[in-house]
Amino acid sequence: MLNKFPIWKYLLVLAVLAIGLLYASPNLYGRDPAIQVSGAKGTDVDLSVVDKVNAILKKDNVSAKSTKLEGGQILVRFKNVEDQLKAQDLLRNSLSNDYISAINMAPAQPAWLKSLGGEPMKLGLDLSGGVHFTMEIDMVTAVDNQLEQMEQDFRSDLREEKLRYRSVRRVAGTERMRVEMRNEEDKEAAERFLESRYPLNVYIDDSSNDNAFYATMSEQKLKEIRDYAIKQNETIIRNRINQIGVAEPNVQRQGAERIIVQLPGIQDTARAKEILGATATLEFREVDENADPSAAAQGRIPPGTEMIMSRDGYPVVLKKRIILEGSHITGAQSGMDEYQRPQVSIKLDSKGGAKMNAFTKRAIGKRMATVFIEYKPSGKKDSDGKALPPIKVEEVINVATIQARLDRSFRITGIDNPAEAHNLSLLLRAGALVAPIQIVEERTVGPSLGQENIEAGMTAVALGFAFVLAFMLIYYKGFGLVANIALAANLVLIIGVMSLIPGATLTLPGIAGIVLTVGMAVDANVLIFERIREELADGRSPQQAVHFGYDSAFSTIFDANITTLIAAIILFAVGTGPVAGFAVTLAIGILTSMFTAIIGTRAVINLFIGGKRIDKLSI
Amino acid sequence: MQILRLGGKTLRFMSLRKVAMGFSTLLILASLTSLFVKGLNFGLDFTGGTAVEVGFSQPADLQKVRSVLAENDFADASVQLFGSSQDILVRLAPRGDDVKAEVIGNQVIEALQKADDSVVMRRIEFVGPSVGEDLKEQGGLAMLTALICILIYVAFRFEWRFAVGAVGALLHDVIITIGLFSALGLEFDLTILAAILAVIGYSLNDTIVVSDRIRENFRKVRIDDTIEIIDMSLTQTLNRTLVTSITTILVLIALFVWGGQTIHGFATALLFGVFIGTYSSVYVSSSLAITMGVSKEDLIPEVVEKEGADLDSMP
Repeated sequence: MLNKFPIWKYLLVLAVLAIGLLYASPNLYGRDPAIQVSGAKGTDVDLSVVDKVNAILKKDNVSAKSTKLEGGQILVRFKNVEDQLKAQDLLRNSLSNDYISAINMAPAQPAWLKSLGGEPMKLGLDLSGGVHFTMEIDMVTAVDNQLEQMEQDFRSDLREEKLRYRSVRRVAGTERMRVEMRNEEDKEAAERFLESRYPLNVYIDDSSNDNAFYATMSEQKLKEIRDYAIKQNETIIRNRINQIGVAEPNVQRQGAERIIVQLPGIQDTARAKEILGATATLEFREVDENADPSAAAQGRIPPGTEMIMSRDGYPVVLKKRIILEGSHITGAQSGMDEYQRPQVSIKLDSKGGAKMNAFTKRAIGKRMATVFIEYKPSGKKDSDGKALPPIKVEEVINVATIQARLDRSFRITGIDNPAEAHNLSLLLRAGALVAPIQIVEERTVGPSLGQENIEAGMTAVALGFAFVLAFMLIYYKGFGLVANIALAANLVLIIGVMSLIPGATLTLPGIAGIVLTVGMAVDANVLIFERIREELADGRSPQQAVHFGYDSAFSTIFDANITTLIAAIILFAVGTGPVAGFAVTLAIGILTSMFTAIIGTRAVINLFIGGKRIDKLSI
Repeated sequence: MQILRLGGKTLRFMSLRKVAMGFSTLLILASLTSLFVKGLNFGLDFTGGTAVEVGFSQPADLQKVRSVLAENDFADASVQLFGSSQDILVRLAPRGDDVKAEVIGNQVIEALQKADDSVVMRRIEFVGPSVGEDLKEQGGLAMLTALICILIYVAFRFEWRFAVGAVGALLHDVIITIGLFSALGLEFDLTILAAILAVIGYSLNDTIVVSDRIRENFRKVRIDDTIEIIDMSLTQTLNRTLVTSITTILVLIALFVWGGQTIHGFATALLFGVFIGTYSSVYVSSSLAITMGVSKEDLIPEVVEKEGADLDSMP
């Protein structure tokens, strides 16, 4: 029998549509501007904090829609963005530093939808408002710093080996090191020695005729330096974003030397830039063993000492004198010691080694603390509107007992877990930033423009959609109506799929992609319907015309859509941000439209005419 | 309802082939000339620099804005209205290395806010020169890769003459669309590039529908005259070509008029591209295939036949 579907095909179409509807529905509820309050450094957030938050907001007449404690965090929802931002300022100033207040656009779908995994589509920064930074790491400086280090290392190593050199210096403007020895014999010995000591890092080029030779870093070493620089910067940026106060930041590597930072909802971009660009240093200080930390915490600090909180939230009393500054650190690497316990090995430059040696000589058994210092912008202005100087924030990131006399290379053992060791090594390196970082791209969209973009996009979708519906209905009558149902289903499916895929983000060009798909999705139906008309004109019966119409149009539809899909995939692979957003909606739209236009419309038509005697088609 | 009621008559499209070829050649030459002489008005994405969009509470006084900026060392800024009388766009060319380029946007806003406290930041875009270069390179690469992949796919599914015809039509559309942007001095940025790739997809869609019908008719119809078969195929697909173009143009008009200032250029490129794409799928691709001597024999290899049959039975 022509034009009959087996029952499972109807069920399939229904099931796909139902799932599409379910997952598209969270978008109907929208999002609330909200603030997420969570505890810093493991501080618990409980009901007393909820009361505190409510009191702070009430005092300044900021009305919250709701305040809820969920999963160890407080979520305060607001009616509008102005209230949200005002509240963030208030909370930041009134809550202690133990709490972080981050802005967020909280989805407002009901709990049952959320429990099924139903989330609204993620909005791109052009729609939600926010900042996109691309930061570039200065790799030339990163390599320069390492070369300087290599020069010093060569000198001290050769001295230790009693190989007397005439000069060791970098050939200006190149990445080569020139080592000149006193005689041929020493030269050969030095070559052999450096080659064995730095098997991967040094390449000996023996082309010159005098008693000199050249060394350069191997490709592998260079790659290591670059990887190291980008990893370090990524970690530091992630740490700093917590201070900016954004609930859903996105930090991502791009290529070999760039990092993308996306901060939805942020308006004060100047402050964000200052925080991201803050400088960090590091100090090694001696722990005062005689002082009582808990007494110090209450303000009774012995003279000549200072109390600094550790990262885990306990007080440490330190002597004021600095053993060593972070600028002497030349490397830090996490790994395992001989008992398979996490450790961090640290390397110092020769001056730092001497200082460390002098101190540890008489300090075996004492404890040494590592203090991480960051200069954070205060974000406050004085009465003249001038920004106040940055605030110095100190934090003890590690305390270790000195086991032996240390010099240029030593290690910190007894670290709880590998992740912590890794983190510590990255922070240690941050003490002496291997590579400076710079913002090379910024795209900031204010919240008002974001809202306008959403409204404009939605208007365009609605009107474009209405135009096409009207046209199809007039042009193809009954069949046009079927195509329109398919088109509506297609729109629901696109939104459903966009909401389901975690990586898919809706941008303004993405909305344009949806609009375009609406226009192009009818193409499949137009192809089919024109075929059916042709078949009818050739004198086939209505049932046969429908059957052959669908059959013969299929390969054309398939070819045509595949090629557009190719274009969309390439756009996605090459483009970033808004352009990738366009590619995603275009690609999803092509796939869903093939389903709705071919299988969906066929199901509806079969349901109405399948197996019946039909004299005339409404086409 | 039907746009054209032809009653089985075949329109002699290909009799105008030479005229169309001449017309297309003329357009391409004009586009290339404009590109060569005027070049493209590359947007921030490709040139680098800073753009700041701000909103005022009342219609903006451009003269005042310019003088405020000049006082603050931004004398080279270009200031224009953007979308409405209350919004302005300030553009600044990339600065030398010694300036912290990433803070210029914030400085501009600060300066304007000092002069008028109703100023709100709507958008800041800053693109460093190295990023601009990269984007340019990537864009060109994307276009090229798309064309090559499509060429491969079409050559694999059809016949090489059609593939060349299809890609020829695409190049035609791309060059003329870019030519329009050059001639009118419209800003060419990343979204325009995306629009052009969408035009490639759309135009190809059209071309493939036509080529598919030509292939089918070569196999089905007992006529040896290539031109007649192509005319017949074009006539048969003409209604579809027009209907799809109309629906697409309808939604694009919605996008152009109501989609907002930010995607105005995008909609412009697509609208124009769809016009050109519709024309090129009728005239350019088929004409190219004829010029290269496509004939009935070329389209009946057994392998393709089987593959097509396979796909036909899929739904």
